[in-house]
Amino acid sequence: MMAIRELKVCLLGDTGVGKSSIVCRFVQDHFDHNISPTIGASFMTKTVPCGNELHKFLIWDTAGQERFHSLAPMYYRGSAAAVIVYDITKQDSFHTLKKWVKELKEHGPENIVMAIAGNKCDLSDIREVPMKDARDYAESIGAIVVETSAKNAVNIEELFQGISRQIPPLDPHENSNNGAIKLGKQTSQTG
Amino acid sequence: MAADVHRKKGWEVPNGSLAPGDGQHVERSESPTPGLAQGTEPGAGQEGAMFVHTRSYEDLTSPEDGAAAVRSPEERQGEPAEPTSMEQISKDFSELSTQLTGMALDVEEEIRQSKEGKLEPSPQTTRRDSVLSGKEEEDVTMDAWRMHRKHVFVLSEAGKPVYSRYGSEEALSSTMGVMMALVSFLEAEKNAIRSIHADGYKVVFVRRSPLVLVAVARTRQSEQEIAHELLYIYYQILSLLTWTQLNHIFQQKQNYDLRRLLAGSERITDNLLDLMAHDPSFLMGAVRCLPLAASVRDAVSTSLQQAKAKSLVFSILLSGNQLVSLVRKKDQFLHPIDLHLLFNLISSSSSFREGEAWTPICLPKFNSSGFFHAHISYLEQEMDLCLLLVSTDREDFFTVSDCKRRFQERLRRRGVHHALQEALRTPFYSVAQVGIPDLRHFIYKSKSSGLFTSPEIEAPYVHEEEKERLLGLYQYLHSRAHNSSRPLKNIYFTGPRENLLAWVTSAFELYICYSPLGTKAGAISAVNKLMKWIRKEEDRLFILTPQTY
Repeated sequence: MMAIRELKVCLLGDTGVGKSSIVCRFVQDHFDHNISPTIGASFMTKTVPCGNELHKFLIWDTAGQERFHSLAPMYYRGSAAAVIVYDITKQDSFHTLKKWVKELKEHGPENIVMAIAGNKCDLSDIREVPMKDARDYAESIGAIVVETSAKNAVNIEELFQGISRQIPPLDPHENSNNGAIKLGKQTSQTG
Repeated sequence: MAADVHRKKGWEVPNGSLAPGDGQHVERSESPTPGLAQGTEPGAGQEGAMFVHTRSYEDLTSPEDGAAAVRSPEERQGEPAEPTSMEQISKDFSELSTQLTGMALDVEEEIRQSKEGKLEPSPQTTRRDSVLSGKEEEDVTMDAWRMHRKHVFVLSEAGKPVYSRYGSEEALSSTMGVMMALVSFLEAEKNAIRSIHADGYKVVFVRRSPLVLVAVARTRQSEQEIAHELLYIYYQILSLLTWTQLNHIFQQKQNYDLRRLLAGSERITDNLLDLMAHDPSFLMGAVRCLPLAASVRDAVSTSLQQAKAKSLVFSILLSGNQLVSLVRKKDQFLHPIDLHLLFNLISSSSSFREGEAWTPICLPKFNSSGFFHAHISYLEQEMDLCLLLVSTDREDFFTVSDCKRRFQERLRRRGVHHALQEALRTPFYSVAQVGIPDLRHFIYKSKSSGLFTSPEIEAPYVHEEEKERLLGLYQYLHSRAHNSSRPLKNIYFTGPRENLLAWVTSAFELYICYSPLGTKAGAISAVNKLMKWIRKEEDRLFILTPQTY
């Protein structure tokens, strides 16, 4: 019997970069070309083994549109990890990503694991953001970085495995001190 | 007439909203159906209504409606609230207002920065999400653009484009400038422009400060009906932003570009306009129910009712644009307009198909100053059954999500799952079931329940334009029946391709469409037979026993 740890993960990033597609690929191994923009936020879960633990990802896929911006703290608050997504074919989306990192540094949980995903790497012939830029930036802020393609299922599993590895192992004496929190009846206390 | 005035008074409640009367409305004596007083017509709820009573169509377009919307929230708060759970709701809303200001502050910050010249307007913020909307932007100089039957434009009072149904707003900014100039020109003379009629076009203006809405239509709709559709667009925008936030933004900065806050919502507005062109719900100001055996519906409603939580105000189960069940907090009533906006939101986005969505939503007719938080999810991947749980607490996701789980569990235990699935297979019934050979189609609305029923549109109305033509005929009859200066009770319309009959009483509205070869006498006997059939089927076609938590 393996212990199940619940990890709250939120996805942030500009509208249209593929946050929902990444989640959909990860959770259901499915890709939809005509996916509608997320409204508000969407919640899904997926459990994956990690070492001798099971990690249950509680994934909050947030809407990238500006009018939902002010809701973001509700989703990154108490998160063990944040996946910040940009579109490698859109320089603007990389700029937005930096704004999200800044906000997380200022207002996010202290030990939050940050993972940068450069999505749509299947479209590298119209790339605007060089891989090196993303790598240098990720290094400067101590984040995981990976280029993904939700469409072709490239690096999606790896992205979440990378997060799993960064989560400090559970200290039995110190519960929920590492960003991983139990959700459910106690939700109100996490606020 | 005196009775009429008295009735309207009876509906006003101190908090400025409208609530159903207590069922003591007496049918006026000159009514052609003395046996059908309001509340006893087919489809009338047995235990009161679940909606706020609209005084039907006029309610939506009357000037006082606008006046109510323009009142400040302070004024609202100053009014005596009903001492029931209304207090709780208003408390919830004042709590909500903190997060509202949160959002407004965000904008405020930007406005300040931009005033100080710190913030470069980034090009991405104003672009229309053309990649996602899946709709090619049209060239507004082309004839094809001019040929659209109905254009809709929304602009700010500074003349800045907010929305255009066809073509990009940027390309239309000078056109919108002209529209604003027209509005301002007449206002300078203490006058208001309402419409321009020329060359087969109607240009209709609706002013809802800080926005101006304009339609340019070649349809047969009356000016009043087009204005009514524009109001829906206005409410749609309020449902995304709230009235409070919208006003706050424009008070801070008159020439704010609202498109950045509405980015990504264009498809919701587009969808609403498309829906209004073919769904009679909007015309009728009423809601259509999924035909369902009463026992199944009751089981669904009871399951929904039992899966309650403290913060829940409405639990709504719907399929397509039809209502399956609605459970509400005691003393809280949903307005049909708000429900239509929810239906539209769900039908305009496929994103709710995955996972559980949690989104702020303002129900402008319920309270235009605050957000509710809606949990939206489909019960099963392949089943067109969407559950909407409306909560007052944005932190309550997991509690509300648990309500969904409990609801599904109860549904399974009651064993109605299969029956529900079966009903979803035939979401519309055929007019042939009525057994009147010449009858092609009808719309019947029960005024006291705010519900209507209508069969599937069948041959000869097969093509989309034929269906829209039929709805156009209903719109025409409706506008004649509800003409504010000369309302009509009975209309008999003979056309080259069909005959129609409209019958409007204080209890119901009935519109029937039948063969052009039929006679007037035949139509009248058809009406009697149809009314009997609706009475017989009412527990399947309507929700007769609405539930509260």
